[in-house]
Amino acid sequence: MATLSSSPLRACRGILKELRAIQGPSYNKSLAYNYVMDQFRKNKASSRGCVTAVTGERYCRAQQEAHHASHTYLCLLASTRNHQALHNYYHGKGDRSLAQAASMVGLRLPTQPGGKGWEK
Amino acid sequence: MLRSLVRLRSHFGNAHALSKVCPRSQHARYSTALADRRKFYQDVSISQGDGGIYEINLDRRKLKTPGGKLFTVPNEALAIAVATEWDAQRDTLKFYTMHLTTLCNTALDNPTQRNEDQMIGAALKFLETDTVCYRVDEPHALVELQKNEWDPVLHWIENRYNVTIGSSSNILGPEIPNATKDTFRQHLNSYNFWSLTGLEYVITQLKSVVLSMAMIDRHLNVEQAVLLSRLEEEYQIQSWGNVEWAHDYDMYELRARTAAGALFVHLSSESSTIKRKLLQD
Repeated sequence: MATLSSSPLRACRGILKELRAIQGPSYNKSLAYNYVMDQFRKNKASSRGCVTAVTGERYCRAQQEAHHASHTYLCLLASTRNHQALHNYYHGKGDRSLAQAASMVGLRLPTQPGGKGWEK
Repeated sequence: MLRSLVRLRSHFGNAHALSKVCPRSQHARYSTALADRRKFYQDVSISQGDGGIYEINLDRRKLKTPGGKLFTVPNEALAIAVATEWDAQRDTLKFYTMHLTTLCNTALDNPTQRNEDQMIGAALKFLETDTVCYRVDEPHALVELQKNEWDPVLHWIENRYNVTIGSSSNILGPEIPNATKDTFRQHLNSYNFWSLTGLEYVITQLKSVVLSMAMIDRHLNVEQAVLLSRLEEEYQIQSWGNVEWAHDYDMYELRARTAAGALFVHLSSESSTIKRKLLQD
């Protein structure tokens, strides 16, 4: 079984951070926020039953499933954000301007101080 | 061992490239018309339809699949996740970031007209060329790495399903006995069509049935599965250095797609009834 290398709290915080990055300051009114908080509260409540009850096993499995699902969702949000960031940084610039293309080989565009005479 | 790999990777600097790489269009399976749509809505919300299905509303309009059908999902969690994807768009719609939407569209439209048996057959066929079963003979360090990382997963799945899957280093790959295939076929028959769509997607991304099953069964998490799938690449990165615009880019994309596929399978296969038990008596 995969070890619970980070607590559910970290997954929860991570997801909320991602949601805030996506949705801005009003993220705590979004659908996803409410759903995620509901799920975490529900699963936290059932963990107390694990320790005492005989049939706590089934709740433990649901808790592990929810734990795995929360980490999966966190991974999804974080990776799409990182992927998009890398894409925009490296592959999203579009065509270079004339000045940028020239500077790639160390040249600069010619300038004529005083203008060319036919500008306003 | 996995942790030391990741630590060693971070020691190498990143090589930035000056050349321009063409932006990839990941999504355009059947929707070239939507290539550069601007964001045409402000609010995204979900609503419940007949029969317990959920729909996505963009402003006042209902979302439709590329095939023209109404976009419906069987449970609320998936609907909320899809709505979040649409909500995350800014200015232009970048379909290559909306993995869950893509998966739902595939499941709803079924553009290649697959049925469940065909998908199961395809998955079992993939087992013969499973990444985890294909070993190299040299360099020695890579052989060791493959043995240490892949063998545990292989043993786990052999124990879990009571099957035999060997590993081999010749070009033909391992011989999968028919009993193994039958066991897996029986297991996969219990998945519904949506879950099989997701599973097929994950298998295609990870290039491994073993790793996909291990992740779906929650033995591995997404990062571990992706690391194991890219084991040889990670080994080469360790030797030669990391290139951010290629290696990290691919890794994050693979993680995103695999996570979307895994989430899709989990959400499609769980039932949404909540049974309350009286524990505090």
